[in-house]
Amino acid sequence: MSLIVLDHLEKSYGTIPALRDLSLQVPEGCLYGLLGPNGAGKTTTLRILATLLAPDLGDVRIAGLDALKDQRDIRRLIGYVAQEVAIDKILTGRELLELQGDLYHLRPKQRNQRIDELIEMLGMDPWIDRRCGTYSGGMRRRLDLAAGLLHRPQLLILDEPTVGLDIESRAVIWNVLRDLRDQGTTVLLSTHYLEEVEALADRMAIIDAGTVIAEGTPNELKKRLGGDRVTLRVREFSNEQEAETIRDLLQPLDGVQNIVINRSQGHSLNLVVDGEAVLPRLRLCLEEAGLPVFALAQSKPSLDDVYLQATGRTLMDAELAIAGQRDPKQERKQAMR
Amino acid sequence: MTTPLLQIDTSQVSSRGALTEIIQETTALTRRLFVQLKRRPSTLIAGVLQPLIWLILFGALFSKAPEGLLPGGMSYGRFLGAGVIVFTAFSGALNAGLPVMFDREFGFLNRLLVAPLRSRSSIVFASVIFITTLSLVQSLAIMVTAALLGYGWPGAGGLLLVLFTLLLLVFAVTALSLGLAFALPGHIELIAVIFVANLPLLFASTALAPLSFMPVWMGWLAALNPLTFAIEPIRAAYAGPLDLSLVLLDAPYGSVTGQTCLLVLTGLTVGLFLLIRPLLNRKLS
Repeated sequence: MSLIVLDHLEKSYGTIPALRDLSLQVPEGCLYGLLGPNGAGKTTTLRILATLLAPDLGDVRIAGLDALKDQRDIRRLIGYVAQEVAIDKILTGRELLELQGDLYHLRPKQRNQRIDELIEMLGMDPWIDRRCGTYSGGMRRRLDLAAGLLHRPQLLILDEPTVGLDIESRAVIWNVLRDLRDQGTTVLLSTHYLEEVEALADRMAIIDAGTVIAEGTPNELKKRLGGDRVTLRVREFSNEQEAETIRDLLQPLDGVQNIVINRSQGHSLNLVVDGEAVLPRLRLCLEEAGLPVFALAQSKPSLDDVYLQATGRTLMDAELAIAGQRDPKQERKQAMR
Repeated sequence: MTTPLLQIDTSQVSSRGALTEIIQETTALTRRLFVQLKRRPSTLIAGVLQPLIWLILFGALFSKAPEGLLPGGMSYGRFLGAGVIVFTAFSGALNAGLPVMFDREFGFLNRLLVAPLRSRSSIVFASVIFITTLSLVQSLAIMVTAALLGYGWPGAGGLLLVLFTLLLLVFAVTALSLGLAFALPGHIELIAVIFVANLPLLFASTALAPLSFMPVWMGWLAALNPLTFAIEPIRAAYAGPLDLSLVLLDAPYGSVTGQTCLLVLTGLTVGLFLLIRPLLNRKLS
């Protein structure tokens, strides 16, 4: 059963399209990762779910409710942890949580109990009574997560929850998210870190240029890609000519799908092969040609390969390309009421 | 498969009435503003200090003005007192929009908008309660200081009239400032508007000099200035026994009584709140 159903969403900021025909279903009780480069439309999608933004076109349903009509019920249902943490620097962490609890109409006694629980869960005890202005990025993120969890939401939405965080804070947040999922909370998070999706997500969608280009469990997506990845060298640094010779030697072999010469890594060869059985044949073929293998590394396809396959570029390249097109002023204006 | 989808945890979320919830929200938001003030009291102090300096320096500047120049043979210090009290409340209330503007800019407003507030008017209520309290406290501080300087004190009835008049003015100006805080793009613009509006409105009123001192065109300005409608009843409350049906102002367009002054202020307050309502609804929806 899907907790979230997004149906053909369209959204533009002025003339710049942010979402183009985006459809997505998030099942109840899973940890769902939204992977994509900056500017792909992740934040816009999450802001629409958090009722902060209305799409130009399309349907948004959460738990069967219409997010464009039953906004108050939806707001009770979800916890939203935004990307840019808005924290009142003058208040202490505890005061901020108390304020938040009152905005969700918790009774004072339950509110304070819940705050104590969260302080323990997120390890905030040493600093919760200090003013927020003194917090590090990791502390702010934890506090913000606590604020999002105060009213025990059925759905927790997090926008890039661990960007730029220290390792300890990241580990704390990851563990809390896993525990929440185990207790039945649906967690939807956006990220542009492959390893975050790999470590956390039960299911994932890759978003690029405002639309979903791949969806499934991380393993499904990798399997669908097929083949193993092999990196091969015959010496530490080959020249281009030698690399091309090897490519021409290996390409006709049975079970070799694709070979790319990686110029930035001493002309090593990146191969996609059908399985381990191919490896002895590779070695033999090279030995016969007088070019014995110097180094050979084999790996399963990674999510980066999935991304590469789906979009024709690596996640890193996509980020660089999009960074130039963004209009920060326009985005800030959009986020401001 | 049927899953109980809408399982709001009722032990957590109270099923209390709308009014209780609005009070809870408003109290929490108001408390936040007061905690900020307590930890950063410079606005409170500056808001008292500035009018105090006006009162002392401006009062001294004209202290040798010939007797009988001002209506009723009043000393300049006494005359100025009412003006400075109104100026205090006015400039205090003019700042009402600043915290709201900062919340917009820093994204704190988004945090409030994601919460299931029973009514988003709570955000406005909190600002109005906060700024009204602040402005009235500042005005009272000025009144006490003025009394200590020998510029008089209104009687009990007079004090009520002073507070009522200030309340009306503060409501009106707060509405205006909140409207600006949602209409303008950022705090720089808001501060610029506050800066530009502040002094001219003071000069073009009867705070520093009576209408009879002014050239005709300025008399018109002062007689239309809302500050004048707050200053004159307060000056009357300081001058002696209260009678709201007395003519307080010989405006170029006719005589204005105390009652008319209060009516104009009430009308202005109601009008401004009606005017900014659509804007607030749009920005908070």
